[in-house]
Amino acid sequence: MKKLRLSIASVAIGLLALSGCGQGGTPDAPAEGDGAQAEAPEYTVNDSADFKDSKTWKAAKDAGELKVGVKYDQPGLGNVKAGSEQPEGFDIEIAKMVAAQLGFSPDQIKYTETVSANREPFLQQGNIDMVVATYTINDERKKVVDFAGPYYVAGQDLLVAADSDIAGPDDLAGKKVCSVDGSTPAQNIEEKYKKAELVAYDTYSKCVTDLQSGSVDAVTTDDAILRGYAKQYEGEFKVVGQPFTEEPYGVGLPKGDDAMREAVNDALQKGMDDGDWKKAFEYSLGSADDVEMPKIDRY
Amino acid sequence: MSAPTQVLFDEPGPKARRNNIILSIVSAVVLAGLIAFVIWKFADAGQLDSAKWYPFSFSQIQLVLLKGMGATLKVAVVASVLALVVGVVFALLRLSSKKVISVPGTIVLEFFRGVPVLLLIFAMFLIFGNTIGAFWSVVIGLTLYNGMVLAEIIRAGILAVPKGQREAAMAIGLRPGQVMSLVLMPQALRAMMPTIIAQIVVLLKDSALGFIVTYQDLLYQVNLIGREYNNLLPTFLVGAVLFIIINMIVAGIARWLEKRLQRKSTAPVGAEGLSAQTAA
Amino acid sequence: MDFLQLLEMFFSGIWGTIKLFTVALIGALVLGTILAGMRVSPTPVLRIAASTYINVVRNTPLTLVMFFCAFGLPFLDIRFGATSSFNSFIYATLALTAYTACFVAETLKSGISTIPVGQAEAARAVGLTFGQTLSQVILPQAFRTVIPPLGSVIIALLKNTSIASAFNNRELISAMRNAIEVRGDLVIPLLFGTALAYLILALILGRVFDYLERKLVILR
Repeated sequence: MKKLRLSIASVAIGLLALSGCGQGGTPDAPAEGDGAQAEAPEYTVNDSADFKDSKTWKAAKDAGELKVGVKYDQPGLGNVKAGSEQPEGFDIEIAKMVAAQLGFSPDQIKYTETVSANREPFLQQGNIDMVVATYTINDERKKVVDFAGPYYVAGQDLLVAADSDIAGPDDLAGKKVCSVDGSTPAQNIEEKYKKAELVAYDTYSKCVTDLQSGSVDAVTTDDAILRGYAKQYEGEFKVVGQPFTEEPYGVGLPKGDDAMREAVNDALQKGMDDGDWKKAFEYSLGSADDVEMPKIDRY
Repeated sequence: MSAPTQVLFDEPGPKARRNNIILSIVSAVVLAGLIAFVIWKFADAGQLDSAKWYPFSFSQIQLVLLKGMGATLKVAVVASVLALVVGVVFALLRLSSKKVISVPGTIVLEFFRGVPVLLLIFAMFLIFGNTIGAFWSVVIGLTLYNGMVLAEIIRAGILAVPKGQREAAMAIGLRPGQVMSLVLMPQALRAMMPTIIAQIVVLLKDSALGFIVTYQDLLYQVNLIGREYNNLLPTFLVGAVLFIIINMIVAGIARWLEKRLQRKSTAPVGAEGLSAQTAA
Repeated sequence: MDFLQLLEMFFSGIWGTIKLFTVALIGALVLGTILAGMRVSPTPVLRIAASTYINVVRNTPLTLVMFFCAFGLPFLDIRFGATSSFNSFIYATLALTAYTACFVAETLKSGISTIPVGQAEAARAVGLTFGQTLSQVILPQAFRTVIPPLGSVIIALLKNTSIASAFNNRELISAMRNAIEVRGDLVIPLLFGTALAYLILALILGRVFDYLERKLVILR
């Protein structure tokens, strides 16, 4: 009894110390992306948007809320900072851009965190209107969901230590390469670069920790994601810059709503034409000068 | 400690006592050496740099961690209460004399008890997650698994109540429902309280799995901070300490309750046994 | 990805789970017995060391224990073998061993306390040392009395191997995740298939323990 009171008291004191002695504000995260200083782009909301043929759009309009599935753990693309509620990144900007064309203002977007495994189930269950979450378009997935876009073509690349001599996937023989278990990049390594040894965790941050401790020689995934990490760990890591796959990122939509797919494709096309796409890219990922805008695939 | 441990060996004599002291000193030195080695290695790898630790001195980061702790506790508390309810219900189903009730009850119980709780949480999230959200995915996953384990514990407790009790209760004219709720169940819950609480500690630890289905609990925030400030290892250390503190408090409550119940074990049990249940 | 490929994936997953489980089981039984012995030993420092260890590790979620094995040990230059999959396998089994041993030790200790006092007294009276008393008189009986609760600890270990999926281990859950990633349309069958695989493994284990219980248990 006495012991218990003592332990509770000591915990209370510990918590007080924890919450009481903190400095205000947030600690500066090491080297954020260039975009952090830039002004957040704004997209003109198309108030006259009308896509009554799409039941997804109609339901969202009636509810006054567009539900978008995004990632919360990919710096530069879809990321939530400690203590913040709002995700940010290129995917988020694309979502805002598309939403504006569909007649939804940024505060009418409701974000839901998706991890790789739940993108299809969430879209199939129909409680999510679209997924903008580094979602690679492929034929297996097209059987289950519809895709608009692509809005960006990423390529699988390698993140290595700054002094590493790995110059491309062919140098990976006998090396340890880290990726997320079950992801497309991980499967690529297993199937196409059999001499490399795959290390698979559940998050990229574990891979990055392993890269720091020297447990792995490279981290592999889409270049856009790696670019975010290289920026965060400037001088320590570099991106090899030899993409060896093409990963067209699409906007995932519920299967069978063709009107919605058309509408989103039009929205993406308009964004690319009027410069909103470029603004979104530069705000989140840095200079877009050497980046090609993808061609929309209206399948 | 209890008697049997003391009879395993003789009272130490002067020589044994001296050896004990020497051994204590040697172990202390070895332990200190080990700690020094770990610190040296971590420092060497830059894991002890102030840059890795200074985010924790900011109130916002502390707040995020506290919020995560709160979220973890919330899941654990809701799931514990629900698991106890499910546990009682399934214990009764399995004890039912009607096969139509006891057989399906047993099948459902064995199913949820036999699969990893991680799989249950994951399944809840993938199948229903969109409608019920991450919080309920975790809570239901934890409830289904731990509820079934608790059901078996409670059933064992009910079976352990001497047969005469049931017979006496029937003899004075109580209905079967009354026999169960007034006589058998309170005694079973009381007798099994230490095991029940041990299971609740297990539940609490399993609630750490919430981050896998995007529930923003302590480990989720730990991952997030580690990613943002490039200090995964230090952040996990902080998270582990917080978890150990929470669990030790619960374990302390368990020990206290156990002692209290032992002291009172001869007193009549009634509604009190049930209030102990909600307190858990 | 067709049905056969999925099946093949699942079988390699089951094999991975069995490997993790078997190695960790042996480790946990050995370490658990040692810890239980330490907890009742005449040397205070051993008693304190064992109970501190048990209290700390038992109160840490397995995910965290595994995290420290997988990410702390490399920083200490503790690595095993050349391939990282073997390395990760050892880290995961170390974590499972370290964690499960606590529960084995606690179970054994409660078993030890059910052995009648006279047994130990008699053993001492005939001149057995502490080590002999423990290993020849007390532990063999303790093991027999705790077979049912030890069974639940071991079945829990089987299910806990699932956590290793997040740490570069190929087992059932990671096989399921991989399968879901390519066949999003089969989420529910894949979940059930995985559950079924665990149930079968747990059922087999349960049978083994029922058998051991019938053969060995001493009722008191």
